[in-house]
Amino acid sequence: MSTTTMEPQGPRPTRLTPARIGVYAFLVVSAAFFLLPLYVMLITSIKPMAEIRLGNLFSFPLAPTIEPWIKAWTYACTGVNCDGIKVGFLNSFRILVPSVIVSIALGATIGYALSFWRPRGANFLFAVLLLGAFIPYQVFLYPLVRMLSTVGLYNSLPGIVVVHTIFGLPLMTLLFRNFYAGIPIDLFKAARVDGGGFWAIFFRLMLPLSTPIIIVAVILQVTGIWNDFLFGLIFAGRENFPMTVELNNVVNTTTGEREYNVNMAATILTALVPLIVYFVSGRWFVRGIAAGAVKG
Amino acid sequence: MKPRFFRSIAAQIALLPAWLIVIFAYLGTIAWTIRISFTSTKVFPTYDFVGLKQYERLFATERWIISGQNLFIFGACFIIGCLIFGFLLAVFIDQKIRAESVFRTIFLYPYAMSFIVTGLVWQWTLNPTLGVQQTVRNWGWQDFTFDWLVRGDRAIYVIAIAGIWQASGLVMAILLAGLRGVDQELWKAAKVDGIPTWRVYLHIIVPMLSPMFVTATVLLATAVVKVYDLVIALTGGGPGISTEVPAKFVIDYLFNRQNVGLATAASTVMFITVLVVLAPWLYSQYFRGQRGRGA
Repeated sequence: MSTTTMEPQGPRPTRLTPARIGVYAFLVVSAAFFLLPLYVMLITSIKPMAEIRLGNLFSFPLAPTIEPWIKAWTYACTGVNCDGIKVGFLNSFRILVPSVIVSIALGATIGYALSFWRPRGANFLFAVLLLGAFIPYQVFLYPLVRMLSTVGLYNSLPGIVVVHTIFGLPLMTLLFRNFYAGIPIDLFKAARVDGGGFWAIFFRLMLPLSTPIIIVAVILQVTGIWNDFLFGLIFAGRENFPMTVELNNVVNTTTGEREYNVNMAATILTALVPLIVYFVSGRWFVRGIAAGAVKG
Repeated sequence: MKPRFFRSIAAQIALLPAWLIVIFAYLGTIAWTIRISFTSTKVFPTYDFVGLKQYERLFATERWIISGQNLFIFGACFIIGCLIFGFLLAVFIDQKIRAESVFRTIFLYPYAMSFIVTGLVWQWTLNPTLGVQQTVRNWGWQDFTFDWLVRGDRAIYVIAIAGIWQASGLVMAILLAGLRGVDQELWKAAKVDGIPTWRVYLHIIVPMLSPMFVTATVLLATAVVKVYDLVIALTGGGPGISTEVPAKFVIDYLFNRQNVGLATAASTVMFITVLVVLAPWLYSQYFRGQRGRGA
């Protein structure tokens, strides 16, 4: 897809007719609907519990405090441990970095092989991978747990990385295959005539061309893996629970009164990494959606 | 020129991990799951053969029936809600407005967040004791009631609302790209003929964007079948079992209730349902050659 078509066309209307006011009214009300939960999250996280008990969800805090944030980060309890959400934050990073690197490297290689080399069985391979993107994970879980425990990877960091790689592969392959499908085949043929082999062409010609799609892939994988809950819960093991799982544990650990301010601070902290990726990447994020959704 | 087999041997080696994953992690696990669904497995696999007994038990389990109904209610509300709201957002954003990118950014940001985050935020906002209900009562409307989250017959709609909040931006992004591809001549022609704008949208633009609607629907439908985190964070399946969904049913019976036979039967049903719905679309999208390619 090209980015130029994303621009509105024609001159911007200047007169403010009732219809225009209606357009803006709809957009502003919609924006309020989308922003309200974020606003509620933010102000709840800096209110003391005494104010929260009054039940004024939208009011500004009278005595703002950052104590809930400190507690959420350093000593909120998840079950028996009281080390805060920072444990999950670090775990998520330890899961994220290798998973993103391995899945993208694999997806790029496979996409390249499928696009240009078309080896025997390529169509079948791609069909199964594609199907894998849509099949509910529940079908794979139990045998996968068995397989991973057989090789000693169940409940371990390498185990969860393997799982993220497996289930990230369909989207990554699709992404790179479609990207390489847009590169003129003559370029590849010329490299072949010059005697380039499989890996030489990949590393010296294709990979340098792939920067845009690698950016898209990184955005998709970072947000996707960070936001994962199910795989982290099942495959990572208690020692490596990612932030989403820890967050859910913090919120559901009820010893005495539920501390909504701490919960909301922890929630914001968990959402922070994907939100930063989203706000920094801007249109690349949208490109990722389009590339994953349509056909690149 | 060397024969084709030798030329692509490096490619075959490069594809080895993919083959391993496809054979073991995808095809192998599916076959294994289906096989276990015909056994009486509780915790550790036993390879007897009990026929369709697990399936009979499954469809006699109230919780599974409720899960299925909920998936249908949630799916219908979520998909239709997202498509309509997302389409409206895209159309209104496409009116050559000011601060377009600000609005776009606001509408899409929830999509970047985890379902767990979305679920927890909405759980807090809509909890009847301290959330919106109490706030509005404090404002003076003492009779105001919005307790859907704790009502067994309404909680599933709250999950749909939270889902729509999260995913409408996705539909907007996809459809906006489509709207920007519409030829400006079409608008001029419609203006000359005096056709009202809303009719142009309804009768010309919507049919033109149908491939994008299909894409969005497939993406949303995939999310519907997979819905698990959102339910966990928002209601935990409650009140009672009123917001259980199939994905949660399977996980619960696999890992908490130690009834793997029943769980695999349930996941097999999920798998076959998805396959039946999806196969024609996948085929037309990717394997019907060049001319059939939509979008």
